[in-house]
Amino acid sequence: MATVAVPVEQKNYLNAEYGIRSWLFTTDHKRIALLYLVSITAMFFVGGFFALLIRLELLTPAGDLLLADTYNKMFSMHGQVMVFFFLIPSIPAVLGNFLIPMMIGAKDLAFPRINLLSWYIYIVAAGLYLWCIFSGGVDTGWTFYTPYSSLFSNTHVIEAGLAIFIAGFSSILTGLNFVVTVHRMRAPGMTWGRLPLFVWSHYATSIIMLLGTPVIAITLVLVVLERTLNLGIFDPSRGGDPVLFQHLFWFYSHPAVYIMILPSMAVVSEIIPCFSRKRVFGYTFVAMSSIGIAVIGFLVWAHHMFVAGISLYSALVFSFLTFLVAVPSAIKVFNWTATMYKGSLSFSTPMLYAIGFIGLFTIGGLTGVFLATLGVDVHVHDTYFVIAHFHYVMVGGAVLGFLGGMHFWWPKITGRLYPEGWGRLAAVIVFIGFNLTFFPQFILGYLGMPRRYWDYSHMPEWQGLNVLSTAGASILAVGYLLPMVYMLWSLRYGKIAGDNPWQATGLEWKTPSPPPTFNFDETPIVTEEAYEYDKMPLPEEVSLER
Amino acid sequence: MASNHALPVDLVYIFLVVLSAVMTLGIFATIAVFGLKYRRRHGREAHQIEGSLILEITWSVIPLGIFMVLFGWGAVIYFHERTPPRDSTEIYVVGKQWMWKIQHQEGQREINELHIPVDRDIKLIMTSQDVIHSFFIPEFRVKQDVIPGRYTTLWFRATTPGTYHLFCAQFCGTEHSGMIGQVVVMNPSDYQNWMSGGTIVGSLAQNGQTLFQQLGCSTCHRFDVQGRGPNLTGVFGKPVQLQDGRTVLADENYVRESILIPTAKVVSGFQPIMPSFQGQVSEEQLNALVAYVKSLSQAPAGAAGTPTNNPGPAANQ
Ligand code: HEC
Ligand SMILES: [Cu+2]
Ligand SMILES: [Cu+2]
Repeated sequence: MATVAVPVEQKNYLNAEYGIRSWLFTTDHKRIALLYLVSITAMFFVGGFFALLIRLELLTPAGDLLLADTYNKMFSMHGQVMVFFFLIPSIPAVLGNFLIPMMIGAKDLAFPRINLLSWYIYIVAAGLYLWCIFSGGVDTGWTFYTPYSSLFSNTHVIEAGLAIFIAGFSSILTGLNFVVTVHRMRAPGMTWGRLPLFVWSHYATSIIMLLGTPVIAITLVLVVLERTLNLGIFDPSRGGDPVLFQHLFWFYSHPAVYIMILPSMAVVSEIIPCFSRKRVFGYTFVAMSSIGIAVIGFLVWAHHMFVAGISLYSALVFSFLTFLVAVPSAIKVFNWTATMYKGSLSFSTPMLYAIGFIGLFTIGGLTGVFLATLGVDVHVHDTYFVIAHFHYVMVGGAVLGFLGGMHFWWPKITGRLYPEGWGRLAAVIVFIGFNLTFFPQFILGYLGMPRRYWDYSHMPEWQGLNVLSTAGASILAVGYLLPMVYMLWSLRYGKIAGDNPWQATGLEWKTPSPPPTFNFDETPIVTEEAYEYDKMPLPEEVSLER
Repeated sequence: MASNHALPVDLVYIFLVVLSAVMTLGIFATIAVFGLKYRRRHGREAHQIEGSLILEITWSVIPLGIFMVLFGWGAVIYFHERTPPRDSTEIYVVGKQWMWKIQHQEGQREINELHIPVDRDIKLIMTSQDVIHSFFIPEFRVKQDVIPGRYTTLWFRATTPGTYHLFCAQFCGTEHSGMIGQVVVMNPSDYQNWMSGGTIVGSLAQNGQTLFQQLGCSTCHRFDVQGRGPNLTGVFGKPVQLQDGRTVLADENYVRESILIPTAKVVSGFQPIMPSFQGQVSEEQLNALVAYVKSLSQAPAGAAGTPTNNPGPAANQ
């Protein structure tokens, strides 16, 4: 399959057709992945802009930069944009879309047109959400808690709710497509035991998307109906129950955390073996822990409600199950670390992100254990401790995984190499900026600073840590912008990558970069396990550095 | 330590911090050592290792064991936090956008301030008249959401006199970050002084009794002869037999629901004729009614400072 390199003239998925129509009507999973990449990057900058305003407001204790209502909209829309329009689609819809068919030796996903449809649905949803922003925005927090969202907020809750409702269909269809593809489209010889862990993790993610997303969709519709028709489902004065909303919301939104983190784990499970030149330590355990996380992840939702008046005994059960779900995550961390043992390690950019992921996810996971511990959760719930915790998981975990994956597969996607020196620099800047932004928030949280506070002038002693956090955020912003610049630069000026610049295993590397429209000239026949790195030569560039 | 809950919470917290530091540094150090030892060099190849069942079991079982200890430890604290001692001093709290309204048993009312005596068990019986709020005293390490349509409770024993921050921790709209106040913990003598200052129009239960007459509750609920509604003496705190066969405990939420949605739980042997008072009584009036119904079942409880002037059934005739 490996073709002789005549890079310029060769037909690939990028130059097979030209013109805007060839993109908007494409059914090629790789082109759809790029459509997603552009759209989620745009949404990331929208969400990032809101984050910037939040951090600037908190630079001083007084609420002086924004109005209270504006601030409330900023954190609400920051959360909604980042969760529903960036993190959830990020790795699955871009890297998963691009790579899963190639990794299993297929020409495309099982339903190429549905794949395009999910992008269009995403665009409609994102468009509606942007319209919501421009018509005044929404201030319910990303959590839409009732009865505030259903009866009291006079912002654009309906538009935001419907936008997220619509976006849900996009992820349901993506999940469906992945599940069917993995079941039905594997090349001959690609048994379940030979699947790259990337595919296993995405399979687990897809199951959560399929089972969880309908619940949030319906829940938001209920909020919309309550606002428009006064249904009384969540309104206590009509016999409704406002806490019921929280059960429904978290039934999806806790598993959604795994929709965001499992794909990152998928990326890390590919990067670490490649840059250690080793097979993954404990393949079966890493694969099964993904499934374990997906299953137990559905049984822990009420750990967000330990102080919301749920019964004492249900709190005990949910705390117990939450401790259980921490075990498979720990297993993964240990196996990744063990993979490096006696390896031949190179600290190229993707590896730096993967190691950063391990470190930050470890902190994110361990602080999750704090929150699972009932007595501690009562104190730190709804404080900056929780904010710090989930940013360690969502940014330190999910975003670092996304960046690591983008760097790792960039040569495959574009056929060009990004400048390695800049790559490493950006990775280090992201790591430092991230920790400076979010570590102080753990302390703020334990000191008692509640989340979603616009003004803390009665507690001026909190300013120092907030200033650190804002300073960190500006460093982090540089770390995000750098890759934007040098990756765009590399599209034109980057070195030609060749089919397999990292000498990585996996079928996606056995096809030209960028790949041809149908990925493989002939369907590959798989005869080996994943990660047979002993059979691969060392990559050129890296072996040069002594 | 500002409250009885603070030390236990801080202890687990410190344990968790140490555990996390050891774990995180352990992982970082391992990666660093591997990074130095196994850095790519000419002529040295990676050593392929399949995995190790023993290691997998070890690093699943040990964390699981530690987690179970933490689960138990956290659960014990939580159990304690959610079980107020029987003779706690009860104070009613109503959250509203964007203030805290406090009603003491003795009749004192405060806004955004809660005065309590040191070393006494305090139980807050809280509700909201609009959205969900959350009553949070960081130094006491306690927090409880305050939910419209029901009571939630929070208890603690302040152990050091002083002034402490009170926050709303659940986002509740524009002035969420302004929904703050203070908890003033006083020595018994200062507290006595504070209690006797100001003008008070009778205790909470007495106010409830007045309302009980004004709203016409007393026409159905009589204490001398059997009225159309049950005699409320001794009802509170006891199990109630319902028409549909269930038995429920008559707690604050039950009394509250009986007044707002009487048909939700109909007492066995009675007709569902009681009208709903939804929208006719404010949350504060509801608290007074609940306090009154409670007082009908109590030997004078250890109310804060002054002995409560308990209006018994006799006062009603
Ligand atoms: C029209 C007559 C009537 C009026 C007025 C009335 N009630 Fe009732 N109440 C009843 C009846 C009948 C029941 C028992 C059936 C039921 O549970 O609905 C009852 C039940 C109760 C219960 C539950 C008693 C138990 O034994 O469990 C409480 C508490 C109560 N009422 C309080 C009040 C209060 C407070 C008011 C005034 C705000 C009030 N009621 C007004 C007729 C009345
Ligand atoms: Cu959760
Ligand atoms: Cu609030």
